[in-house]
Amino acid sequence: MTGKKEKKTVVLGVLGVDAHVVGNKIMAHALESEGFKVVNIGTFSSQQDFIRAGIESAADALLVASLCGHGEMECRGFRENCIEAGIGNIHLVVGGNLVVGKQKWQEVEGRFLQMGFNRAYPPGVSPKKVVEDLKKDLEKQ
Amino acid sequence: MSLALLVDFGSTFTKIIAIDLASEEILAYGQSGTTVDTDIMVGLRKALDLIPPYLKGASYECKLASSSAAGGLGMITIGLIPELSAEAARRAALGAGAKVIKVYSFRLSAKELRELEGLTPDILLLAGGTDGGNREVIVDNARLLSQSRVHCPILIAGNKAAADQVHSILSSAGKSTLITDNVMPEVNVLNVEPSREMIRKIFIERIIEAKGLKRAEEFVEGILMPTPTAVLKGAQLLSGGTASEKGLGDLVVIDVGGATTDVHSIGEGRLVQAGVVRKGLPEPPAKRTVEGDLGIRYNARTILKLCRPERILKNAQVPHPDLGEKVKALSHRVDLLPQSVEELDLDFALAVCAAQAAMERHAGTIETVWGPQGQYFLQYGKDLTRIEHLIGTGGIFIHHPQAGTILAKTLFSSEEPFSLRPRNPAIYTDARYCLFAVGLLAERFPDTACRIAKKHLKKWN
Repeated sequence: MTGKKEKKTVVLGVLGVDAHVVGNKIMAHALESEGFKVVNIGTFSSQQDFIRAGIESAADALLVASLCGHGEMECRGFRENCIEAGIGNIHLVVGGNLVVGKQKWQEVEGRFLQMGFNRAYPPGVSPKKVVEDLKKDLEKQ
Repeated sequence: MSLALLVDFGSTFTKIIAIDLASEEILAYGQSGTTVDTDIMVGLRKALDLIPPYLKGASYECKLASSSAAGGLGMITIGLIPELSAEAARRAALGAGAKVIKVYSFRLSAKELRELEGLTPDILLLAGGTDGGNREVIVDNARLLSQSRVHCPILIAGNKAAADQVHSILSSAGKSTLITDNVMPEVNVLNVEPSREMIRKIFIERIIEAKGLKRAEEFVEGILMPTPTAVLKGAQLLSGGTASEKGLGDLVVIDVGGATTDVHSIGEGRLVQAGVVRKGLPEPPAKRTVEGDLGIRYNARTILKLCRPERILKNAQVPHPDLGEKVKALSHRVDLLPQSVEELDLDFALAVCAAQAAMERHAGTIETVWGPQGQYFLQYGKDLTRIEHLIGTGGIFIHHPQAGTILAKTLFSSEEPFSLRPRNPAIYTDARYCLFAVGLLAERFPDTACRIAKKHLKKWN
């Protein structure tokens, strides 16, 4: 993301009734440092908040965080809602403490990919890894 | 003696105020019916006939005017997402003193375009997309408008990356088009001031003439702004003061009119409770809302429908067995000044209902949500609970003996704890109806205007 190429725009936020703001700030910083334009809609954001911000800013990706363990419930229907709103092909990424209790990550990831997310990340993932994957994924588009 | 003459060509009445700038006294007040349909000067001359002869022919330091005659400044706004750029555009128009006829969002449909053509706005505000964001929709809407029968000036205030293309599409089709800064340059960032200034410029340069008000400028130096803008500017000056004249601080102004009820709040309305998270599009520090369905003459029947007879009668002090008939009569006799005890009482009850509803819609709200970590509070809009000054302006607050009580009834109520209305403000009325005049004087004589505003407020508590 250097040189003459325009900045990629991503919408970043924390989904649902979730006040965890620290990771959100760290992720925003990591993305901005790597040349992304970050539209940070912050905590307590609904699916519609992500989608509206995505349309208005012509975003390349929506980065959804969920830290409270209710991710599976909160994320249900996200891709379908994007399709309804006319941004069905947008790159969707989710990460955080997505489920309650100890569950095998491969199974959890499978469920979120099944829901239509392009990438899902477990707790403790490095922001660097997320940013690198995002660059690669958006390059392909 | 250094004199100023301030005129408001209102929708119903033309009002004039003569002020001595040296002694900061209001010398005379006159009003007569607005005559925009025939010759605007007729009503003005009649109003002038009501002030003392020595003031009529005096030499004035300035003669300035505002206007909401001929339907006021009617605007249509277009944005992309209803809650984002379309809402930002609506707020820009309201703050510029406009009557927002309709708000459109997304790509205009053929049906919407036909409807829009029929609404004949004075100005159309075209927004959509953050800077560098979505450009397809605003460009498509420009193409649709370029082929339409819309003839009013179009102000472009959307994605800056698309603005030149939008301008080119519209101007090459012969539309009168101007560009200003985006009303929402980033998601959840409001930037309404450049649009407000540009709307005022268009109002002065084009709308005055288009509405048949130009003749008035033979007498006054200029019709500077729509009436609501003058009131908002007056409120801003009264709140913020000047370098040498202290303002009152954050305040709310309510104007209950015959057709509409306006509420202006000056202040950030920041969070005052711990643990509350603010959501939604930010509010402008100088915020105006207009309730087109709340007015105690033209819209008296709408108040009856909205608030039901029970609520009106709860606020009345004498029985009104024929409430429906009385309200119907009021909506036809729009220039009626109440005389009898019953008429004054019904005006009081209707004004309370209108002011309460308008304040409730203007003030922010708290929503409670539950998560795994417990209860959270989300704030939408402005928190007005700590506002220290509440002011009533307009007809009923000049004449009604219980004007202060009308305002007191709009305050915070423990029955509706999530409506963030003022809790314990000082209550005033603009007893000499000078707030619009203060707004007109604000640019040229800010210190004097500020002192005049403070001096002529009538305190009720």
